[in-house]
Amino acid sequence: MNVVVAKTETGRALSDAFAVARGRLPGTGQVADRRRQAFEAYERLGLPHRRIEEWKYTDLRTLMREAFSLAAEPDAAALERAGEAVRSHTIDGVRRLVLVDGVFAPNLSQTDGLGQGLRIRTLQEVLEDADSALQAQLFAPENSDAMVALNSAMATDGVVIEIADGAAPKEPLHVLHIASTATPAAMFTRSLLRLGNNAGVTLVESFVAADGVKAYQVHDSLIVSIGDGSRLDHVRLIEDGRDAFNISSAMVTLGAHAHFNFFNMTSGASVSRYQATIVCAGEGSRVETNGVNLLNGRQHADTTLLLDHAVPNCASREVFRAVVDDRAHSVFQGRIIVRPDAQKTDAKMMTRALLLSDEAEADNKPELEIFADDVTCGHGATTGALDESLLFYLRARGLSEKEAQALLIQAFVGEAIESIANDTLRDLAVSAAQRWLEARA
Amino acid sequence: MALLEIKDLHVRVEDNEILHGLSLTVNEGEVHAIMGPNGSGKSTLSHVIAGKPDYEVTGGQILFNGEDLLAMQPDERAAKGVFLAFQYPVEIPGVATMTFLRTALNAQRKARGESELLTPAFLKKAYEVAARLNVPRDMLKRGVNVGFSGGEKKRNEILQMALFEPSLCILDEMDSGLDIDALRVAADGVNALRSPDRAMVVITHYQRLLNYVVPDFVHVMSKGRVVKSGGKELALELEASGYTQFEDAA
Repeated sequence: MNVVVAKTETGRALSDAFAVARGRLPGTGQVADRRRQAFEAYERLGLPHRRIEEWKYTDLRTLMREAFSLAAEPDAAALERAGEAVRSHTIDGVRRLVLVDGVFAPNLSQTDGLGQGLRIRTLQEVLEDADSALQAQLFAPENSDAMVALNSAMATDGVVIEIADGAAPKEPLHVLHIASTATPAAMFTRSLLRLGNNAGVTLVESFVAADGVKAYQVHDSLIVSIGDGSRLDHVRLIEDGRDAFNISSAMVTLGAHAHFNFFNMTSGASVSRYQATIVCAGEGSRVETNGVNLLNGRQHADTTLLLDHAVPNCASREVFRAVVDDRAHSVFQGRIIVRPDAQKTDAKMMTRALLLSDEAEADNKPELEIFADDVTCGHGATTGALDESLLFYLRARGLSEKEAQALLIQAFVGEAIESIANDTLRDLAVSAAQRWLEARA
Repeated sequence: MALLEIKDLHVRVEDNEILHGLSLTVNEGEVHAIMGPNGSGKSTLSHVIAGKPDYEVTGGQILFNGEDLLAMQPDERAAKGVFLAFQYPVEIPGVATMTFLRTALNAQRKARGESELLTPAFLKKAYEVAARLNVPRDMLKRGVNVGFSGGEKKRNEILQMALFEPSLCILDEMDSGLDIDALRVAADGVNALRSPDRAMVVITHYQRLLNYVVPDFVHVMSKGRVVKSGGKELALELEASGYTQFEDAA
């Protein structure tokens, strides 16, 4: 394709932001080279738009009206506001790791007593250190996607977690992203989780805004490698403020007989996109991804998953549920690739959308690319309104229209939420869904 | 004052008039059976009383304790004491029966200005009622009617009836899909709920059910209106002679 990319004003502003931020970005030598290459790639690609297939439903040229400059390091007032947010988003029994406006906040984080086999550093530390293997892994993502490239260029901080062979920290790790900026700003974070062999951990990521914080833009990325025989339970909750913008990318690789159990719920942010590439690179690995979108107003939320079955005997299950009210727009794109060698792959994907208003929109795009001949692959997609006969049954039993709808919506998303293994985290997702339903009533 | 008073009710669905001037009076403590061939409008009547959408009332009125029932939302009718036991109770995957029962009971209590039952008090009441009706606890933990047999679904309806304590129960084709043993169990449940301050309207195609739930009055419906009323002996008469005579009469 030979398209001359006409740069939008937003695209230009992002280019300027890199020039301004360059001096502040951690890492020299090879890291600086990788950033420059990534930035050049972003410059070539420009902001993703609807003629780029992967971004068909999320045209950033129209959705991203302006680009904010890189958030300043949080000052005392910003940390104070973030501290308040920490108190209202505390989860019992987890180890909290806090990023405020894209910068690690040691005083709000719990980094003591890590125990054997768990190492946690900041992205800054790792990039300024001499650990070239980790640095290579951090910059492993290709620059083919403009937003991943931009993130590679601009990432200021993040959390780098290493779990040694055989280690399984009991406490879930909670990476809490707090926007606390007093003026509109952008945050660029990159985190990494490296699980050794026969290890296990639960990782929670949540995105929130401190009280009173309005417009901001989150650009996050997460790189995960799950060693042979290891298990990662991963829960993400997007509860950003209603003026926020959140573009997050994840790159996950599974070793042999590794297990990845994933849950994502988006109820916040004005525009959000979560794009993940999950690669079954070791035989016998298993992936379960569950997603829920709870949207109203004019929210736009896009979940784009690429499941890459590269080797034989792996299984994947994708379940996605969208509840869309008012004039909101939900997008699910699920692509499954089964490589020629990946015989005996068992891959299934089911996506269902519930439209609560005439103007709500849900786009489901399943794509199966199968190059092996002995596989079980399937997908299904449904879109519809709440079942009138169920609503009448509940109303005939005394539930008001809103109560009846709420009960059916809870049931609709419940199947995905049930997949969360950890009780506390499952309850957390249930209450997040309940908050959304109550705000609606 | 009658508990339920239906006067000259005309109802249409889309372009078809289904009820053409139906009248019926039910007092507290009475059990009325409504019989009639398929298509006579029996189920339409039950749906209109419960407030199902898609039915257009073009004439007449329904008074419940003297109040205009047709002006009320379905949930208001439930809170006032109207209960419809569905012919085909729906399955609601993902909603645990206990959650459903508690939500419904408390919604009705709230609408009546009563305090909501807290979970322990509710559980006690629900288990008590379930034990009385031989409903195993396991059934209460499952999704509403999900994977229930026909008999279990009907028992779940009766359980709700017992729990919500309505003053008017409409039983729509309670016998459909039940074998004789399941029918007996369901009928025992219904009989246990007969009381001087509760009325029942039993809608059925077959006389069989009325051997177990013996009515005080029997009405024959044909082509959208009541064409004959009498005592319980009318049901036996119908069993012998069939509905044909009434179809001709209507």
